[in-house]
Amino acid sequence: MDDLIKYAPDLLAGFLENVKLSLICAVLALVLGTILVSMRVAPTPVLRAAGSMYVNVVRNTPLTLVLAFSSLGLSDTMGLSFSETPRTNSFWLVVFGLSAYTATFVCEALRAGINTVPLGQAEAARAIGLTFFQSLRMIILPQAFRTVVAPLGSVIIAMIKNTTVAIAGGYLMESAFVMRDTFDDTGVSIPIFIGLVIAFMVVTLPVGFLTNRLASRLAVAR
Amino acid sequence: MIALSGLTKEFPGGVRALDGLDLEIADGEFVALLGPSGCGKTTLLRTIAGLEIPTSGRIRIDGTDVTSAPPGKRDVAMVFQDYALFPHMDVTANIAYPLRIRKVPRARREARAAETAARLSLSELLTRRPGQLSGGQQQRVALARAVACHPKAFLFDEPLSNLDARLRLEARTFLKRLQRELGVTTVFVTHDQGEALALADRIAVMSAGRFTQVGTPSEVFRRPANTFTAAFIGSTPMNLLPGTVGDGVLRVAGAVLPRPGGVPDGPIVYGVRPEYMDLSPTPREDAFAGKVAVVENLGAAHLVTLESGARLVQVVVPEGEEPASGTAAWAVPRPDRALVYRDDRLVFPLPAPDGAGSPASGGGGLPASDGNGPPAAGGDGRPAAGGDAR
Repeated sequence: MDDLIKYAPDLLAGFLENVKLSLICAVLALVLGTILVSMRVAPTPVLRAAGSMYVNVVRNTPLTLVLAFSSLGLSDTMGLSFSETPRTNSFWLVVFGLSAYTATFVCEALRAGINTVPLGQAEAARAIGLTFFQSLRMIILPQAFRTVVAPLGSVIIAMIKNTTVAIAGGYLMESAFVMRDTFDDTGVSIPIFIGLVIAFMVVTLPVGFLTNRLASRLAVAR
Repeated sequence: MIALSGLTKEFPGGVRALDGLDLEIADGEFVALLGPSGCGKTTLLRTIAGLEIPTSGRIRIDGTDVTSAPPGKRDVAMVFQDYALFPHMDVTANIAYPLRIRKVPRARREARAAETAARLSLSELLTRRPGQLSGGQQQRVALARAVACHPKAFLFDEPLSNLDARLRLEARTFLKRLQRELGVTTVFVTHDQGEALALADRIAVMSAGRFTQVGTPSEVFRRPANTFTAAFIGSTPMNLLPGTVGDGVLRVAGAVLPRPGGVPDGPIVYGVRPEYMDLSPTPREDAFAGKVAVVENLGAAHLVTLESGARLVQVVVPEGEEPASGTAAWAVPRPDRALVYRDDRLVFPLPAPDGAGSPASGGGGLPASDGNGPPAAGGDGRPAAGGDAR
């Protein structure tokens, strides 16, 4: 317990990095996931093929490899750089990798939602004169989103917890790394474990609760 | 005016849903596309709407060729069988949505939505979502969405089929009145012959991607051009019996009937509606003899099925005159209502010499002067076409 209190400021600073990563990645993953699903249901075969290839490759690659590829492959070898400061650079590399990875899950959740929208909706939109992307944006996706709010919540929760493998992308500030760092000084400390678990639950439980409530409030009555 | 010429739609796999259709629909005309499932009527409607692209042939709306125009550029409004209202928008937004797509300013389109809603008695429901409406209300919202854009034509895909029986009758009357008031050209798809007879100025009967007959409801009802149309139209199925003309008489199913004028000797198919037969308890030469097999109560009348040899003959008898099951009875066809077919074409009665209401088999018939001119055949009081007990 003393260990936990002693290292609390460091751990908290680390945990705030997790929160920061989560917020940015959540927004990016939702946006990128929506773009991906638009490609996957597009009438153009090229877009569809590109979308499904991206999803199949990235979704089936272990996250640690995705992050390692971002930092070692894209950054070190191929020269992708977000910043001169190594710390900031690795932060954004992790954001890049984690968003790219989570987006595939967002995409698939949304695609399941699109499948629940009756075909007649797209037909009606087309009959009114909407183009494919207009009807996707204004008719199909709004309904699809509503049906998959709860599964999207699960995707986001998984993503928040995945911020703890940021070390694979070379980012050494977040809480899981800080925790291991403190273990070098203190030995393994169960209270620190539990403290971190509680910290994560403080964030993820409300996400689950809110998305569930939102899901039932937004449910589309047909 | 909507003009179809040589319209053909072939689906991948070689299914010919539309097979060289020609039809002209006049301004303000109400045309019903009638046929059994799979006859191509919905495909035709969707092709007019632009949701399907024809394999060949042309569609012109008010003189403009729209064959390859996208659905939004055709200025037609479609009402779907399941309404396809947008569940995440309220009634106002649903009605005004097509206007929004046409960039009508917000204030104008909301005014138009409110005005249309008032006309369709939806004013109280403007802030509700489709999920909070009854089936009949949803149907009216779907109509309002079509009406509000003031299209050149309405395209209705079985809009009444999801309503219960009583509501369907109300909605039918309402729809007909609305169409009359607005005077908008309307194409209406239905598999319900009663609906087609009741609503349409002209009916295009379809089978296997072709028109079997195009004509006013009374033409199609009284003088079906072929046995398919004859069997399909009418609330009770027409009796179609094989017979022969010869020796100056017409012999059919044991009955000896006067020879129909102008029909040469040979085999024919004799058609008479159950409503146009009387039941006689005593033997007659000009009647189909049989044994009463089934008596079905239709409310104001009874449908009696006679077993006449190997054939079944159906007769509608007035309330209170129904025979007991198992008794012998004689069904007497009314000669002025008889139809005679040879090679699946109507050969008697032939069209009146002045040409009024020629049965346009294969389509392409110009609209008759209006929907009310009864054809010359018959001449007595018009039967309440389609308004029979159902």
